[in-house]
Amino acid sequence: MIIDHSNVILSVKNLTANVDETPILKGMNLEVKAGEIHAIMGPNGSGKSTFSKVLAGHPAYQVTGGEVIFQGQDLLALEPEERARSGIFLAFQYPLEIPGVSNLDFLRVAYNSKRKHQGLEEVDAFDFDELIREKLGIVKMDASFLSRSVNEGFSGGEKKRNEILQMALLEPKLAILDETDSGLDIDALRIVAGGVNQLSNPENAIVVITHYQRLLEYIVPDYIHVTANGRIIRTGGKELALELEERGYDWVLEAAATGVAS
Amino acid sequence: MSLQVSSPSESALSTAAEKRAIYLANLLDVSKRSPTTSPWLKELRDHATVRVQEQTFPTTRDEEWRFTDLSALLQTPLVAVEQPVVSLSLEAIAPFILPEAKASQLVFVNGKYAPHLSCVTDLPEAIVIGNLSTLAGTDGERLRPYLAQQPGAEEVFTALNTTGLSDAALVLVPKGVAIDTPIHLLFIATASNTASNTALIQPRVLVVAETNSAATLIEDYGAIGSGTYFNNSVTEIWIAENAQVNHTRVQRDGHHAFHIGKTAVSQARTSRYTCNAMSMGAQLSRHHLEIYQTGEQTETTLNGLTLLHGDQIGDTHSAIALTHPHGTTRQLHKCIIDDRAHAIFNGKVFVPKAAQLTDAGQLNRNLLLSSKARVDTKPQLEIVADNVKCTHGATVGQLEADEVFYLQSRGIDVSDARQLLVYAFAFEVIDQIAIASLRRTLAELVQCRSMGLRKAKI
Ligand SMILES: Nc1ncnc2c1ncn2[C@@H]1O[C@H](COP(=O)(O)OP(=O)(O)OP(=O)(O)O)[C@@H](O)[C@H]1O
Ligand SMILES: [Mg+2]
Repeated sequence: MIIDHSNVILSVKNLTANVDETPILKGMNLEVKAGEIHAIMGPNGSGKSTFSKVLAGHPAYQVTGGEVIFQGQDLLALEPEERARSGIFLAFQYPLEIPGVSNLDFLRVAYNSKRKHQGLEEVDAFDFDELIREKLGIVKMDASFLSRSVNEGFSGGEKKRNEILQMALLEPKLAILDETDSGLDIDALRIVAGGVNQLSNPENAIVVITHYQRLLEYIVPDYIHVTANGRIIRTGGKELALELEERGYDWVLEAAATGVAS
Repeated sequence: MSLQVSSPSESALSTAAEKRAIYLANLLDVSKRSPTTSPWLKELRDHATVRVQEQTFPTTRDEEWRFTDLSALLQTPLVAVEQPVVSLSLEAIAPFILPEAKASQLVFVNGKYAPHLSCVTDLPEAIVIGNLSTLAGTDGERLRPYLAQQPGAEEVFTALNTTGLSDAALVLVPKGVAIDTPIHLLFIATASNTASNTALIQPRVLVVAETNSAATLIEDYGAIGSGTYFNNSVTEIWIAENAQVNHTRVQRDGHHAFHIGKTAVSQARTSRYTCNAMSMGAQLSRHHLEIYQTGEQTETTLNGLTLLHGDQIGDTHSAIALTHPHGTTRQLHKCIIDDRAHAIFNGKVFVPKAAQLTDAGQLNRNLLLSSKARVDTKPQLEIVADNVKCTHGATVGQLEADEVFYLQSRGIDVSDARQLLVYAFAFEVIDQIAIASLRRTLAELVQCRSMGLRKAKI
């Protein structure tokens, strides 16, 4: 929801980044205010995941220019874990499997890291159990997933739900969901979208990266941005998604190339 | 006129060889000082003395010792264990006591039996358990035919141990007896770092599991004080038809220790043997793990975890000799290597024609935590039989940057993230240990192990 005079949570200006020596992001600009939902769409390889990973601090990408201010602080100066603790959350397009680390331990360590950062006492295993069971309800996950290794042998949909479970637990200020809808059947999509909507409030903001307008029927965006070749080339309202679904990306790309808005 | 000219390198070699010969002769001399009055034991020891005298001290030019340089040991003169042995209190060894086995433990201090620390009241009457030099009468005699009789008993360090044989942990589980209570064989070395003398300590274990029996065994090497000593240990396990032994071996020797250890296991028809071997102590350690199949349809499971840091060298040499059909062996050996440490794994599996329908799997996985850490791994499968299923593999890797990042992206410190992942790697092996308190202790050891990482908060 667009709220007048609400705080800017994220401000990205002219962000450029390389992987190895190759430029991938070529001047990203984005401003996200509290309460807003933004969608990023764009062809394969246009830099959507790269953008999200650069925000989260992935070491494979070198920032070569521009700035990112997150709640008034220079995000790029922070370590990935500091970014997470100060409220950035990235639901990965391809969540990793981590054999041998139990999902429950992982979630508890993550949760306690955040508590510690906030100067709060760490919760013990017993209290954590209660908390996590409540959160499981949000994504309609079975408790048996807790005793398994992180994402190991999870189906595609289960991995995505596990990401949203982490989001529910960590209550981020800014959640970036990278193709959390891809590969989900309609029931799973409803569950995931329902979970995200429950977590959305006027104090936080959500950026969803998606290829499908289908998701945007459940998570209704205030803005839609189209990326191409490492930049946002067009921004519009939610109706843009329908148009993209109907007409594809070519017309936006062409319009951007000739400098004509149509 | 004939002139004999020896090149400088040749003479250097010969002085090095002389030095090794002198060292081995001294080892033998020190070993034999350990007292015995028993005539049959004396005979056994004399036989072993001849075996040692026939051999040389290994060097890296010996194929079996190619990656394991014993020169640090060669530079350490050894003396016999002081008599009488230092007396330790139960409080002093408290950190090593396993609650599950506090009344089923034998304790040896510097290789010598410590009766006041040992207690076996939780074990059934039928079990024969005690120390070789004090186990009198028929009980002792029942075990005699098994002592120093495993194939491989002639190997130089194994034979050396036999040359000084006096105290030894003996366990005989009679026919049809299954014991749930784990038996803890605890070998404590006391070596202060101010001591000028380095002791040769030669722990010895003999376990006989008779037909249809079952036992769980923990063989545990630890230290009080951080001085130097040399543990030359030998464990012999005989598993009769359809019997079962679950064996956990923990080598947590002091940082300056040397440990060369042998585990020799003979497995009769349809017997089952599991070994969980944890190696984390000593500046230089080597574990020989030898399995001899003496009947068909045996099951063998070998899990190993080697944890090294600093300048440690940790070597595991395993050999599974199959000679009968329908054997199943599963081996998983993992090494976690940090700093400048060096791990060696050599895993032999022999499958001759007689061992048709063998199902053998071996996997060695290594995790390098620093750019200077090193591993030499060599799986050696010798398969002659044609109707078998044998797989093996070795991997060497580092912590996955993406896995570390995934944990960081959830707010977990990079050091905690690394620790979680290291622990996850070790967990697969630690989780196999049947004794809960030991599992916890080892899990903590893995987590606390300096590795330049902070203690994980989990
Ligand atoms: N770690 C990397 N190494 C090499 N190339 C990379 C790496 N990460 C991204 N790229 C390249 O950067 C470009 C952008 O990739 P990115 O994953 O950000 O695209 P995307 O918009 O998320 O695409 P999709 O819709 O397929 O998920 C691609 O050409 C990709 O191959
Ligand atoms: Mg992507």
